[in-house]
Amino acid sequence: MTRISMQANRRRMLAGAAATAATLAAPAILRAAGGALRVGVLLPRSGFEAGIGQDCQRGADLAPAILKSLGLPDITLMNADTESNVDTARARAEKLIGDGAQLLVGAFDSGQTTAIAQVAEQKGIPFVINIAAAPAITEQGYKFVFRNFPTAPMILGDAFANQKNIFAAIGAAPKSVVFMHVNDTFGTAMAKGIGAVMPKFNMPYTIAEEIAYDPAARDLSVEVAKAKAADADALLVVSRLNDAMLLTRELVKQRWTPQAILSMGPGWYDDQYLKTLGSLADGPISFVPWYDPHKKLTQVLEAALAKADSNVNLNTNHIFTFEALLVAADAYRRAGSTDPKALAAAIRTTNITDNVSIGPGIAFNAKGQNDKVKDGAIQNRGGKLLTLAPKDAANAKPEWPMRSYLSRG
Amino acid sequence: MPLEVYFNVVIGGVLTGLVYGLMALGLSVIFGVVRVVNFAHGEMMTIAMFIAVLAFSALHLDPLIMLIPIAAVMFVFGYALQVALINPFIRRPEHTQFLLLVALAIIIANTLLIIFGPDARSVQTAYALDSFQLGPIIIDAAKVYAGAAAILFTVALFAFFRLTLVGKAIRACADNYTGALVVGLDVQRLYALTFGLGAACVGAAGAMLVLVVDVTPMLGPSYTLLAFVIVITGGLGSMPGALVGGVLIGVTEALAGLLFTPSAKSMFAFAILVLVLLFRPQGLLGRRLS
Repeated sequence: MTRISMQANRRRMLAGAAATAATLAAPAILRAAGGALRVGVLLPRSGFEAGIGQDCQRGADLAPAILKSLGLPDITLMNADTESNVDTARARAEKLIGDGAQLLVGAFDSGQTTAIAQVAEQKGIPFVINIAAAPAITEQGYKFVFRNFPTAPMILGDAFANQKNIFAAIGAAPKSVVFMHVNDTFGTAMAKGIGAVMPKFNMPYTIAEEIAYDPAARDLSVEVAKAKAADADALLVVSRLNDAMLLTRELVKQRWTPQAILSMGPGWYDDQYLKTLGSLADGPISFVPWYDPHKKLTQVLEAALAKADSNVNLNTNHIFTFEALLVAADAYRRAGSTDPKALAAAIRTTNITDNVSIGPGIAFNAKGQNDKVKDGAIQNRGGKLLTLAPKDAANAKPEWPMRSYLSRG
Repeated sequence: MPLEVYFNVVIGGVLTGLVYGLMALGLSVIFGVVRVVNFAHGEMMTIAMFIAVLAFSALHLDPLIMLIPIAAVMFVFGYALQVALINPFIRRPEHTQFLLLVALAIIIANTLLIIFGPDARSVQTAYALDSFQLGPIIIDAAKVYAGAAAILFTVALFAFFRLTLVGKAIRACADNYTGALVVGLDVQRLYALTFGLGAACVGAAGAMLVLVVDVTPMLGPSYTLLAFVIVITGGLGSMPGALVGGVLIGVTEALAGLLFTPSAKSMFAFAILVLVLLFRPQGLLGRRLS
């Protein structure tokens, strides 16, 4: 009897403990539903992509206050550094989810983003990509991965179309180019994309030489010597920030000013590039996902950035990191819950027309890709970034050819 | 491809290789005498590069003028490091030395990251973007100055080891540790001096390298690895070997980038390392250990 009674007591005690735990946990769950959305922001804030990762972080830091002013719910940022490393990105994503992140945003680099997407899908946590162009990421049939950024073929298609518009506007075009690109996931995807997309656009130039290089290279003198020897009219580049600066310095040292530098990636318009190189930064034209200067939210974001750091120009990194958080907050408002499935379902039905980037707005197709987002063409001039194309978003005319580096003092 | 392109690239490779050689010389000197492999070598060079960046940004002091003061600061750093931290590990198993120096490397890199942040920093001297034109050949001025300074520094170091009593005493320690103790040499002090000299080499190399490469706190490991490739190729413990190894690796990387694909530059440097390890394990100018 005693034994039975003890078992009963034990059972009762376990039941009591479970009830107590449930009672204590319940307010927490309720609080989560009504409180701020916890968003894990994964960016390469150290390592060779640190400059761009920190620039993206600016866009993230501005978001909570702006989103609140728009009437959207609170979001709490849980920042994590991927250290420009794929394995670290995967580990940090797992840790953020373990620490209670209800949605992930990131991660600038296609390789790191691919790793995070796998974790997000496995754990069933929505992941909104800020910047990553490798097409494969949204071709896996993932249910929790969404990308408000063009894929490499989309970037290239818009870039070639915008280039042709510029050539038509100035009445000139290069006959040949040297194509220099980084050999990481993004650079390789872009190189493959150029091979596939360029023939469809009947471009006026041919690629005289293709030069792939390490994005963490310390010295690009050989690469530039090889490019110069090809005797092409212009440079077509897909690069990152540090290598963009190295390439520019080598162009100056090797006394070669091509007619134009046509960039289809980051680096050439980044603030650190403009600040470090001064007048030598003028001239390159970047064909990138960009902001529409005429949109209302662009002006709000630009003003907030100017208030936070008056020396920084609004750019792709800020825009798309901000918009990823806009998507998150908008979905949380409509879902009314932090339940991952409800959040993912809400993101899938996103329809934001009051946004920042060029194009009709933010909406995702069945694969989780925003296929309406458009690229712009921008040119560095006097430390500012002027929009040349598309026509609707333009605020300047192209300066062509580039002024010789040797005449810039 | 025009012939002048090859000349341009080879000259650039030689000049960069000279600075690499000076950096690796520090590693070789330390190992040759103290028998400790400095796994924090690249990080120590990063410290020197940041000192050069600070001196330039705060006081507009040219890194070439700062070369000797930076080498002196790094000498003191190396001397103190040997006395306070490394000396107790000299007779301990090699894996504990390895862990100690790897830990030191991580601490240095992260301290620099905390202080300076992750952004790349550079020194924009008046001649940073200059080049010399000799007919069709264009040579980077900063590389010429850095290469020339590397030669001068190396010659001075050779002279120190050959002509001074202290230098001869350090060589005696390297040749015969027990013999050095028997004749009454203060081996501990000489070890500290040697580590200081190795650190001075890497300091001078850092001051020159900052003219041609941007510095970030995480730059260290790749240069530690490069220094290893160079000294193993040239001969671990051999001073001329380090310089020859540096030039060989510099030129190989440059020519591989030109003739094949730039992405594969490092691959060729490592291929040379493998060949040397296979056919001349003591390095090109190293002595075969009995």
